[in-house]
Amino acid sequence: MSTEMDTKSHDSHGISSSSTNGHGHGHDHGGGGHGHDDHIHAEPTNPLFKYVFSTDHKIIGIQFLFSGLIFFVLGGLLALAVRWQLAWPWSPMPILSKALWAEQGFRMPPEYYNKLFTMHGTVMIFYVIIPLLTGAFGNFLIPLMIGARDMAFPKLNMYSYWCMPPSFVALAMSFMADGGSAEAGWTSYPTLANSLWSTPGSLSGQTWWLVALLFAGVSSLMGSINYMTTIIMLRAPGMKMFRLPMTIWAMFITATLQAFALPVLTAALIMQLLDRTVGTNFFSPAGWSVANAPAVVGGGQTLLWQHLFWFYSHPAVYIMILPGMGIVSDIIATFSRKPLFGYKPMVFAIAGIAGLGFIVWGHHMFQSGMNPALGATFMLSTMMIALPSAIKVFNWLGTMWGGKITFNSAMLNATAFVAMFIIGGLSGIFMAATPIDMHIHDTYFIVAHIHYVLFGGSTFAIFAGIYFWFPKMFGRMMNEPLGKLHFFLTFIFFNGTFFLMHIIGMHGHPRRIADPTVYAYLQGAGITGMNQFMTINALLLGATQILFAANFFWSIFAGKRAGANPWNSNSLEWATDSPPPYYNFATIPHVYNAPYEYSVPGMEKDFLLQTEPRPAAAGPLDPVMS
Amino acid sequence: MSHAAAVPVDRGTLTTPPKVETAPVTPGKLAMWLFLATEIMFFTGLIGTYVVLRAGSPATAYSDKFSPGTVPSDWADQGAKIYNWPLPYDSATNPLSIDLTAANTFILICSSVSMVLALAAIQRGDRKKLTMWLGVTVIFGSIFLGVQVYEYYQLLFGHHYPIGISRSGHFTPDVSLFASCFFTMTGFHGAHVAGGVVMLICLFLSSLFGVYTKERHGAVELVGLYWHFVDLVWIILFTVVYLI
Amino acid sequence: MRYWSFLFALAAVFSVAVFAYSYFDPEWWLPGGPSGDFRHPVSTAGREIDSLFSIVLWITGIVFIGTQVVLVWAAYRYSDSGDARKATYFHGSQRLEVIWTIIPAAILVFIALYQMGTWASVKFKSEAPKVLPLAKVTGRQFQWVIRYPGNDTKLNTSDDLVLVNDLHFVKDKPALIHLESGDVLHSFFLPQLRIKQDAVPGLTIPVWFDTDQAGKYELVCAELCGWGHYKMRGNVTVHGSQAEFDAWMQSALQEQARDQVALAGGVQGR
Ligand code: HEA
Ligand code: HEA
Ligand code: CUA
Ligand SMILES: [Cu+2]
Repeated sequence: MSTEMDTKSHDSHGISSSSTNGHGHGHDHGGGGHGHDDHIHAEPTNPLFKYVFSTDHKIIGIQFLFSGLIFFVLGGLLALAVRWQLAWPWSPMPILSKALWAEQGFRMPPEYYNKLFTMHGTVMIFYVIIPLLTGAFGNFLIPLMIGARDMAFPKLNMYSYWCMPPSFVALAMSFMADGGSAEAGWTSYPTLANSLWSTPGSLSGQTWWLVALLFAGVSSLMGSINYMTTIIMLRAPGMKMFRLPMTIWAMFITATLQAFALPVLTAALIMQLLDRTVGTNFFSPAGWSVANAPAVVGGGQTLLWQHLFWFYSHPAVYIMILPGMGIVSDIIATFSRKPLFGYKPMVFAIAGIAGLGFIVWGHHMFQSGMNPALGATFMLSTMMIALPSAIKVFNWLGTMWGGKITFNSAMLNATAFVAMFIIGGLSGIFMAATPIDMHIHDTYFIVAHIHYVLFGGSTFAIFAGIYFWFPKMFGRMMNEPLGKLHFFLTFIFFNGTFFLMHIIGMHGHPRRIADPTVYAYLQGAGITGMNQFMTINALLLGATQILFAANFFWSIFAGKRAGANPWNSNSLEWATDSPPPYYNFATIPHVYNAPYEYSVPGMEKDFLLQTEPRPAAAGPLDPVMS
Repeated sequence: MSHAAAVPVDRGTLTTPPKVETAPVTPGKLAMWLFLATEIMFFTGLIGTYVVLRAGSPATAYSDKFSPGTVPSDWADQGAKIYNWPLPYDSATNPLSIDLTAANTFILICSSVSMVLALAAIQRGDRKKLTMWLGVTVIFGSIFLGVQVYEYYQLLFGHHYPIGISRSGHFTPDVSLFASCFFTMTGFHGAHVAGGVVMLICLFLSSLFGVYTKERHGAVELVGLYWHFVDLVWIILFTVVYLI
Repeated sequence: MRYWSFLFALAAVFSVAVFAYSYFDPEWWLPGGPSGDFRHPVSTAGREIDSLFSIVLWITGIVFIGTQVVLVWAAYRYSDSGDARKATYFHGSQRLEVIWTIIPAAILVFIALYQMGTWASVKFKSEAPKVLPLAKVTGRQFQWVIRYPGNDTKLNTSDDLVLVNDLHFVKDKPALIHLESGDVLHSFFLPQLRIKQDAVPGLTIPVWFDTDQAGKYELVCAELCGWGHYKMRGNVTVHGSQAEFDAWMQSALQEQARDQVALAGGVQGR
């Protein structure tokens, strides 16, 4: 792992005298910079090492991108099956009924419903959103945006990706296991999850589920250590911490969140795995038995799992939004042609969200039997975490205000992020209020919240990021009209699918139930109608994504060629070719500027690359805000 | 933060390269510290679990006359003693041999000392001493592991323990909450030690071939950091699981 | 370009309209009691929770409308219409940052403190009504086993009445139950009374509730508990008077005795 690095000097114009090594000044490097490896190692020619076992952060990022998108299809199709069942309970489902349930009269057995949403949640969170945001964008962008040749540890980076395939295999094993896939929800609460006999999916599906998550976790851990080290050590000369684009700040803080929260989940997963395999007693109370199985010795605590799980998974929800916030900040500033409003407050807000994120986990447990006094303190900290989020929202609005906004596909998705995150965040306030949560906990109000932050937030940010960086990744532009159409339909059908969930949730529709018509108060035409309306929208939402897939693949091969800087953007990745050469920068760039100097007065063009000196006429930079 | 760009500047002043701070650490060392931070969180998860489970364990969970978790409500009439957790040195409820493990702890501490000496040797440029002290560290580490394997063997298969420890007579992870915690915590620590010994053996072999010099011995330093960490964790585990 | 702002406006108007409409539709608004007058919550907890809900709905509604108006207006007014205008160049405003930190902070602290009392009254053990427990309720896969103390008012004696999925109590009187779980997590959810509490293996948790309307209610299991989670439904009957409840109890006890003779078995349930 030890890095061999020569320090070398750069000449005055940001063009390094590339032939000489170690002449003169010794340490000559930026921000916290150690040294840059100015040897440009030869690009591997064997396609196996060039595209598969690659150590190039760009290739690894694109690997994460592809696997994430494929899993998005899987997760989405599972969701559509969920929706089908809710709209027309027990009616034959296309394809699945014929393939799986011919003996049951084409009727879905009830445990399948639990499998569907469990795997939907698991896939979306651990195989789509986290790998796309941190894995794909993090890997691709961090070295490019800080002006480095690669990650600090390219090999480790490769291992981090190649921890995912074993995880995919374990997930597939879970689907194929006896009794079917895991079905204890993505939260896998014991004692449903740690007993073998509690429900069919608990036989070995749950065990594979745990193994899959362990591998995914190790992958994320390696990634996060690499990201932090890279951002601290490998910034180009002049790239001070407070000149980093928001995307990088977000990745950095996300990586710290991951590094500190994930090990606790790992410990918890291992304990549940041991409970299931060697009969340890962590989560089973004394003398406990389920479904007439022999009693275990027990003595453990059921609620302990929830504490450990949410100690990770609450920070994890911010792991799933912070990179999105960073991406959106970059995109909004670029297309408003304006400096980001309140750069430093934005950085501190992210840090604030991350810090507070560690002390709010109990808000998932208000009704769990946890001491209610503890619930009251968690309620207070949860309310407080809305503050930094508020700062971010207002700063985005401030950035757009007075701008000269171009609404292309990237900007539209970024704007939708802001609009939808507000809805998702505000519904969080209802749940943070403990007494209100007593009514809406485990109802569709929560499901609405989940999807407004995770689809309306994270997923729109991912779309925005793909539209924005696609030219850098593949050297070609995506099709604009098609992108706009995709956005338009996604935005409409997204709201059509998820907004009414607030209503049925507040009316008391529980989540995770296969058939609402069991309950008299959910039998009316209104609730049924809403459920069907949502399902139709969901189907259309899914169909709309075909437009995206078509645009994506068509553009990879046939899109218009992109120049180095198609959006006239400022940060370093735009200062090199599209796609960037193997070692990113022929010479390590020098950074002279904050990342968001758009429309600087007295300049002809309306952007100022970070590698360009600031014109004297522009006057000093506001030291407090930027 | 300093602001090179905060004052209006012209191209002239900017032709001097931006100010540079020298890096206090190498990326490898930083990454190792970060890795250790994640390890701390991992063991915090395990130790925290232990503390919570122990604090929540009912007063009648263990007894000298009944197997864990089966103490009847009339235990007093039957002349049994009850505990909420096995006591150290109480052979009726606690199978762990503190004396053996204390000696083992001492050996692990010695291995930390020899690791320090190894690093000091190569910092002076003394390659022979480096090899020697690495060898000593490997041996100490292996002894620690050997003793732990022996201890596990005795617990799992060797000895036959009284009813207060286990219904089956053997101390396996499923017989009580205490057993679950014990095997999970010491097991994961043992795996870390094993990993460390493997790394030490690699260092040792490399040092035989003279890979490390006074100027270049980053790997020795990194493995050293890891080894001290593993040692420290053990001292905490020993205190929490065996002594208290 | 600027017409995109209409799409965002549309979404915002839709959102507000949906919540505005919900207040007028009994299937949309918070679930109401048996009388059908859905705007008047029928329990003490319900009244407090619903008024809190309304307050938070108003606050978030205003915040929502405010932010969306700014967003839509910015998208409309400042979109690039091809003219030569340049974006204004500024990096932020300290005064604005302070304002939009302090005002939300004040609002959030207000919400947090304001609802503390309600939270205490529905969950803190010290606030539990000082009455004899109505029943012990045990969640099992996939039914609610409800054990009434019977005539001797003591639980776990031989004259207990054990029913499955059938909870009875009296109007206008606080009811106190002890909630347990026999196997996995369940959640005792009375949507019309706004009561929810998980049943946790290994714990006994007191839950209390009341209502001012006699009639039929529903008991929902709100925590995933296995393949049959969706159908773990209980009936709740609220009697108009104690006398009616007592009469029901006697007839139920007699029926149980008959069944036991017929089965020649012991008391069922745990
Ligand atoms: C990206 C993911 C993400 C994000 C960002 C959030 C953000 C927040 N979440 Fe969410 N949450 C989830 C994902 C996320 N959540 C998931 C997946 C679950 C369900 C897990 C499960 O059980 O399966 C969940 C569940 C969940 C619960 C548990 C509910 C229950 O099960 O009973 C709670 C309770 O407090 C909560 C609260 C919050 C709050 C207060 C925020 C805040 O951070 C939001 C802050 C933002 C705003 C408030 C909007 C912007 C601010 C303004 C416009 C300014 C002014 C506002 C005011 C003055 C009010 N969330
Ligand atoms: C990021 C996270 C994410 C995303 C994007 C989604 C997306 C969707 N979710 Fe998901 N959902 C969760 C996270 C997410 N969900 C979580 C965490 C839970 C809780 C699970 C639990 O309770 O344990 C949940 C639960 C949940 C429920 C509640 C189940 C229940 O409690 O009973 C429902 C019900 O309607 C639902 C529906 C949907 C629908 C219709 C979509 C739709 O938006 C899906 C539409 C998308 C597609 C159909 C994909 C098709 C794509 C293509 C065809 C092309 C792809 C492109 C390329 C190849 C380039 N979800
Ligand atoms: Cu019982 Cu769900
Ligand atoms: Cu949370």
